[in-house]
Amino acid sequence: MSVEAREARQPWILLSPALTAVGLLLFVPLIFIVVYSFWLRTASGADQVGFFLDNWQEALTDRFYRDILLSTLRIAAITTLVCALMGYPAAYFIARSRGNKAILLLLLMLPFWISYIIRTMSWINILGVSGALNTALMWTGLISEPIQMLYNEPTVILGLVHFLLPFMILNVYVSLDGIDQTLEEAATSLGANRWEAFLQVTLPLSLPGLAAGGLLCFVLGAGTYITPLVLGGPSDAMFANLVFEAIITQLNWPLGSALSLMLLAVLGLLVAIYNRYLGMAQLMKGLG
Amino acid sequence: MRSASGLGWHLIRGWALLVYVFMFLPVAVVVLLSFNASQFGSFPMTGLSFRWFVELAENEAILRAFETSIVLGLLTSIISTTLGVLASLALVRYRVPGANAISTLLIAPILVPEVVLAVALLLFLNFLGIHKSFALLLFGHVIFTLPFVILVVQARLVGIKREVEEAALSLGANPVQTFFQITLPLMLPAVLAGALFAFTISFDDITGTLFWKPGGVETIPTQIFAMLRNSISPEINALGTVMIVMTVGLPLLGVAVARRLAQRSGG
Repeated sequence: MSVEAREARQPWILLSPALTAVGLLLFVPLIFIVVYSFWLRTASGADQVGFFLDNWQEALTDRFYRDILLSTLRIAAITTLVCALMGYPAAYFIARSRGNKAILLLLLMLPFWISYIIRTMSWINILGVSGALNTALMWTGLISEPIQMLYNEPTVILGLVHFLLPFMILNVYVSLDGIDQTLEEAATSLGANRWEAFLQVTLPLSLPGLAAGGLLCFVLGAGTYITPLVLGGPSDAMFANLVFEAIITQLNWPLGSALSLMLLAVLGLLVAIYNRYLGMAQLMKGLG
Repeated sequence: MRSASGLGWHLIRGWALLVYVFMFLPVAVVVLLSFNASQFGSFPMTGLSFRWFVELAENEAILRAFETSIVLGLLTSIISTTLGVLASLALVRYRVPGANAISTLLIAPILVPEVVLAVALLLFLNFLGIHKSFALLLFGHVIFTLPFVILVVQARLVGIKREVEEAALSLGANPVQTFFQITLPLMLPAVLAGALFAFTISFDDITGTLFWKPGGVETIPTQIFAMLRNSISPEINALGTVMIVMTVGLPLLGVAVARRLAQRSGG
């Protein structure tokens, strides 16, 4: 074999284990659940192989699923908005501060390393009946009985914001950090005040980072079922909870497949729109 | 500079401070309460005590969960890092036709919602005869951590100069010698970073794990989740503290080691 041919083959040899893994453990299983979603769970509990539209009909027309899908999207949208409002100024501060930028960034990265389940349940210590807030309020005499503040939609959103905020800050930071600061100075020297300079120069240039952070917050938020289970009440189920119920509790795998694919389609559409207009490169910057 | 003194800047700084407090306060409370002497996992604190850590160490279920998490994390890390490093080498070191598309394919497991990945893998492997088991957990964790390893390793690999290897080759080393004596030592910080990343993500994972784990097997996160079902006990806070120390301490240690290695190799 010639040197060139060997050179050309080498990268494929290196790539093949990873590509095989992704193919066999992601793409083939995804195709498999497409097929599975047309099978039928019979009363006896066995799956009947065939081409039945029942699961799709149920998933697409049942009001119950539609309502939960809509409320899931609403919760994800509010979470994303809150993350943007809280995260943008913080990212701006890190990008523009002089001095301890490394420490500030390290502090920002730390929550990524703190377990999601710990961060979620930590709010029970704060907002629970005998948590920090109730204890403090009772101590000051503002209330005489503890208030139940947990297990509702706002606490689900709170938990999601706490989980997703670092993704937003990091993405906005990456794009702010790449903006030439002299552009803003040029705008002010040409007569704009600082606020105008920010609105007309810095903000538009940082939009790709904001969009990347927003996409991550939305997609990760809309796909969660742990946060509603820990911080939500019985009526705060999100779409992923339905998937979990169908697969793990009811063992109705064909229906669970259809519901999973619905979630994938909705969130995949968002990723595709993002990719069409902004491309994946920005997202990779924030992740890497 | 004016920005450092203006009112707006002060507001931004105050806001950022509040955001940091928001991020860390609940976690700090977990650590604080884990030393609470009271037998309820809540306020008021009645005194400082290590009793909950002692109880943790004597709790069979938690020790088993810990063992499962560690073994799973280590195996995941080894497999994922091996696959990820090889793929990253190919993508960074060679001109592969369609490299962008391949990159996207390889990070696809994190573009798909984890719940969907979990369902697809569970149903497909079950169809193949691999039921809920440790093996299924391992497959799941590998595919879920692989993209993170590839992103981290690729980012670091770009910084290694090809010329050093070419010099070794031209001085008579064969490709295998060059890889083990030049490339691998230079890559070591990237490899370690990827391995640590994979371990921590595996150690933390709950979303997929709840789908894949067989009945009776718990990892630390699913154990905490199961314990939450009853009520929040000081033991959960203590376990949380142990996890925080592990998952924050390990990467910090990793960063320190990587920096050492990088300094020594003059990178």
